[in-house]
Amino acid sequence: MLNGKTAVVTGGSRGIGRAIAITLAEAGADIVIFYAGNHTAAEETIQSVRETGRQGLALKVDVSDKEQVDAALKEVVSTFGRVDILVNNAGITRDNLLMRMKEDEWDQVIATNLKGAFLCTKAVIRPMLKQKGGRIINISSVVGVAGNPGQANYVAAKAGLIGLTKTTAKELASRGITVNAIAPGFIETDMTSVLDEALKEQMRSEIPLGYYGTPQDIAEAVKFLASDSGRYITGQTIHVDGGMVMN
Amino acid sequence: MADTLERVKKIIVERLDVDEAEVTLEASIKEDLGADSLDVVDLIMELEDEFELEIGDDEAAKISTVGDIVEYINKHN
Repeated sequence: MLNGKTAVVTGGSRGIGRAIAITLAEAGADIVIFYAGNHTAAEETIQSVRETGRQGLALKVDVSDKEQVDAALKEVVSTFGRVDILVNNAGITRDNLLMRMKEDEWDQVIATNLKGAFLCTKAVIRPMLKQKGGRIINISSVVGVAGNPGQANYVAAKAGLIGLTKTTAKELASRGITVNAIAPGFIETDMTSVLDEALKEQMRSEIPLGYYGTPQDIAEAVKFLASDSGRYITGQTIHVDGGMVMN
Repeated sequence: MADTLERVKKIIVERLDVDEAEVTLEASIKEDLGADSLDVVDLIMELEDEFELEIGDDEAAKISTVGDIVEYINKHN
């Protein structure tokens, strides 16, 4: 399905990013993950990638740092000769009510979650233009569409990703590069495991399908968009959320 | 100079699908040769490969005519 392709997954060491990396490898793609700091987790992901028979490479990259991103993409292209799929998945949370939110909490989240996607996208455009094709998939969030108290920074970044998706899609459509966003709902990961039980229960009651999603649910949607099956879809936001948001 | 122009011409003719006679030193890449912004990016990338040099974003922004390209290449090659 994705044989001969190279995919870059940011935030690929854990959670949704790990599931995406392994799923794309199972579909035939060689995988590069960017990770922020958890070296052990990154190695575990790469080990799972290699078990599928594909090549795997983990690079420690701060996605909000242009020099690091450019250097990493250069390494990807020199190692694999190409980059076909970029999944902008790296994300952090610094939750706080807006009136208590520190400037630093705002800046950190915007830098990683939004600027990181901008820098990684900018860095893959050149190789993708040369290849006359590519797939860029931005991992947004249900809260980027619906809003969520206590997450003004995260929500702003995730909504920003949807705007970035639409504009990049329009700019690159004539060159065979598709750009889409996926908006996960409540997915069981390290990021959501820290939430308290009462809040989790309340969230579950708001999911029409009645249960939380898994990282694999998101990975399947990414695989679809990254493959030939998704070739006619661009500029869209796919909601993988058990029905929480219906447009 | 002549050689550079010939090589640049060849790339522009292929890339922008224009008649060779239109590709003069004075021709504006966007206005006279009908390139859109993304065509220009494509063109610059191909020129970088052909002449084995790097044209930074700031320098690329200053290029507007075929003559600008030839001049840039001759200065940096």
